[in-house]
Amino acid sequence: MSESTMIFLSLLVPLLGSLGIALTGRSPLLRDSFMIASAVLVFLCVLSLLPAVQAGGRPEAHLLTMMPGLDLAFSVEPLGMIFALVASGLWIMTSIYGIGYMRGAGEKNQTRFYACFSIAIFAAIGIAFAQNMFTLFILYEVLSLSTYPLVAHKGTEEAKRGARIYLGILLGTSIGLLLPAMIATWWLTGSLEFQPGGIMQGQVSPAIGSLLLLLYMFGIGKAALMPFHRWLPAAMVAPTPVSALLHAVAVVKAGVFSVLKVSTYLFGLDYLESLWASDLVMWVAAFTLLSASVVAMQQSNLKARLAYSTVSQLSYIVLAAMLASQLAVVGGGMHIVMHAFGKITLFFCAGAIYVAAHKTEIQEMDGLGRKMPVTMFAFLLGALSVIGAPPLGGLWSKWHIMLGAVDAGHAIMIGVLLISTLLNIAYLLPPVVRAFLLPPPKGTPAGVEEAPLMCLIPLSLTALGALLLFFMADPVRALMWSVFVGRAA
Amino acid sequence: MSLIEHLPILVVLVPMFVAPLLAAVPSRGQLPWLIATLTSLLTFVVAIAIAAQVLAHGTLTYELGGWPPPFGIGLAVGPLSAMMLLVITGASLMALLWGPASMNSEVGHEHQSLLYASWLLALCGLSGITVTGDAFNIFVFMEISSLASYVMVSAGPKRQALTATFKYLITGTVGATFYLIGVGYLYMMTGTLNLADMAERLATVSSTAPVLVASGFILVGLALKAALFPMHAWMPNAYRFAPTPVGVFFAACSTKVALFVLIRFDFLVLMPNLPGHADMLVSVLMPLSVAAMLVGSAVAIFERDLKRMLGYSSVAQIGYILLAFSLLSTAGLTAAIVHLFNHALIKGALFMAVGTLVLRTGSSRLDDMAGIGKTMPLTTLAFCLAGLSLIGVPLTAGFISKWYLIVAVLEHGALGWMLLAAILISSLMAIVYVWKVVEVAYFRSPPDNNTGGSPAQRSEAPLGMMIVLWLVVAANFWFGLDTSLLLSLADMETTLLLGSRR
Repeated sequence: MSESTMIFLSLLVPLLGSLGIALTGRSPLLRDSFMIASAVLVFLCVLSLLPAVQAGGRPEAHLLTMMPGLDLAFSVEPLGMIFALVASGLWIMTSIYGIGYMRGAGEKNQTRFYACFSIAIFAAIGIAFAQNMFTLFILYEVLSLSTYPLVAHKGTEEAKRGARIYLGILLGTSIGLLLPAMIATWWLTGSLEFQPGGIMQGQVSPAIGSLLLLLYMFGIGKAALMPFHRWLPAAMVAPTPVSALLHAVAVVKAGVFSVLKVSTYLFGLDYLESLWASDLVMWVAAFTLLSASVVAMQQSNLKARLAYSTVSQLSYIVLAAMLASQLAVVGGGMHIVMHAFGKITLFFCAGAIYVAAHKTEIQEMDGLGRKMPVTMFAFLLGALSVIGAPPLGGLWSKWHIMLGAVDAGHAIMIGVLLISTLLNIAYLLPPVVRAFLLPPPKGTPAGVEEAPLMCLIPLSLTALGALLLFFMADPVRALMWSVFVGRAA
Repeated sequence: MSLIEHLPILVVLVPMFVAPLLAAVPSRGQLPWLIATLTSLLTFVVAIAIAAQVLAHGTLTYELGGWPPPFGIGLAVGPLSAMMLLVITGASLMALLWGPASMNSEVGHEHQSLLYASWLLALCGLSGITVTGDAFNIFVFMEISSLASYVMVSAGPKRQALTATFKYLITGTVGATFYLIGVGYLYMMTGTLNLADMAERLATVSSTAPVLVASGFILVGLALKAALFPMHAWMPNAYRFAPTPVGVFFAACSTKVALFVLIRFDFLVLMPNLPGHADMLVSVLMPLSVAAMLVGSAVAIFERDLKRMLGYSSVAQIGYILLAFSLLSTAGLTAAIVHLFNHALIKGALFMAVGTLVLRTGSSRLDDMAGIGKTMPLTTLAFCLAGLSLIGVPLTAGFISKWYLIVAVLEHGALGWMLLAAILISSLMAIVYVWKVVEVAYFRSPPDNNTGGSPAQRSEAPLGMMIVLWLVVAANFWFGLDTSLLLSLADMETTLLLGSRR
């Protein structure tokens, strides 16, 4: 099959999957197998595009022209390839986990839940493959809207409030800031196409360029740059598979992916470096990164703590983009992968703890390691990966971002990253320490009592993935490099 | 002469002649409705034929009774007229197709034949305004449509319909009179009523006091008719208390016809001849339209009645159109024309969705919509999708409008960025008031539902209503993807109106 067919298939399968899920809602077994089948199929479709991209090709697919010069079109380049692989690959895990979790926790309205889930994946893959900013923007909005019912899933007053903040901030920033930035770009340069080296150099004066950069970076609310980070903790009311999807797979990664994409393909690193606003955003990212870590330390709810940790980790990638150095951007791209595996493991574990032991607060986790050894060990691996300790994948992305900081002449950012790493240790390891080293509260029955297998297997696999990425990070790095090699040719 | 050449007059004559016949039809059963619908269908077909002709050959002209203008009345159907005809006849047809169940629930059968006769008269008047090339003729058609509208609004099921009509009548009459005074002054100075002729003759008397006064009277009169802030007070209640199908018809097209006249009159007649007119327009219209955008949306947020909420939303949307118009540029005019069309689609769909909800709940109050997402899922979904179009989410017609409006605004430097901010604030407020409905509909449980009781019964509206509703919602997405028809008409019109100036 031709490459453009595969691109359309990657987008079509989750959509059809969503339809199938909605139609087969009456029979849970059929519905769930439908979901897993479509998840695997999407992953294979995306994977089939990988060799071409690795060989330096840019498979393209054109859908339609909406207005003269404004196309709905897709083009697969390395960064998008990485994001699509992560999103579709982890969707398989999340599907399996979701089935285990939703059944274990006895949630209602599972059909609506899975159907929206599939649409969200469709949107994420569309964002990854978008050939221009316009296409990206459309799917970005689809993603916001399709995840709203997921966040409001429980229908309680609290869930509604959280979902309102979630949608309010995401739609507000995207329509209020991102849309004008996009239209202004179109008006100034006559194009919204993602091109290696950017489209703004020589077309947009640095003063306007700086303004646009601010609009873009704050407008991409999914990247959770302060002060637009509030939606992430607010969305914690959602069931855990959603949190995992939001925080590790689709939503936040779509945000930082857009940041990287806009920086490298719209602004271009050379032009970006010449803007005063890039330094400003870099410092905002540094501030977000540190203050979110400090806030995370004060959270006693495990999921809330992980949420603030995500806010902090996302800013690593924004910071990497703003350093405007090739090494840092490579690090940022790698961090999408590394953080995805680490954070999804952590969320899976948090969910497993809730399903098996009904615990959400960190103080309650004393001695939990004896009851749930596999889960807590996976948690340890995930935590170490997010911290960036060897031998886990998280090391490599931080490594490259730090190299990039030196390269860009902002060595002070190494200090920021180091402090943040220390803070990471301080808030991610205590749950593990409590679980393994403190005695369980008196009166708890002894013996192993893990979450259902459907939960346990995915979280073990993702933890294993985080470990393997330490040894096999080079393909990711090589793929990221080809973002820039393409330009040299 | 072949039939094709008579098209411009047919669109007016057909409803005009059917209306009195319809009034004589016994008011029983669905016969009056059927006649009105068939007539409306016929005019819609004629409008499509006209649009095809205009796209192929440019402006169509027609001499009434074979008398050449300026002695006889001349019709001139340009691209914008063709588009407005499509909107008016399309809105009428859709509202009629959608409406019988709703109409039967609100208006007794004994009044229906008169009501539908008025409907056709309104259709005739509104179409007439768009096809005619004669200033006085516009006034005549305006009065035909207005008088018919007053009758239709007063037929509403609640007693407040009468006070709403009274307000509407007073405002509408003042507006029409102002317009007539303006036209009278212009006639005094030029001795002609034909618009094209007037434009030529006005050049010699352009700076005289009567012409200036005339331009002021015409602007204010049409602004009243168009419900431009702060002259909008009549509109929300007229929408709310009119029978719902009438509301659908009016929400989609009635105020836009006044905007159309404003655009035609100003660009064709006044602007080329009056030296200070462009500045006057900008300094009056721009602040008012920005205020309309902000105030209309803000009031809509706090409005607890859905129909009135849509009314205030229209105030804001009219602000968008006039803002685009007041930029006086090619891009601005394109944006105004595009939004004239798209807003008709959006508001029509929203009003239909609300009307469908009202048919089942018997009330348009927001509080009575609690949990309606469970009992009427398809209708609520249609409302949400149309709401997305109103907000301007990509892939919808509303997005195309926003896009053109923002591009037009950006041409104006620092002022443009401020206007941009106003547009965005207004759009964000649109999110709030649409979402207010979504939350009540989906996440608030119905008042009488016992906790843990059986799931609420589904009770969707009749299938016919749903089909029309979803057709209009689908059109919102269709015109969000395929903009070629709209843009080619808008392009032709801007070259006509501005081609000579730039």
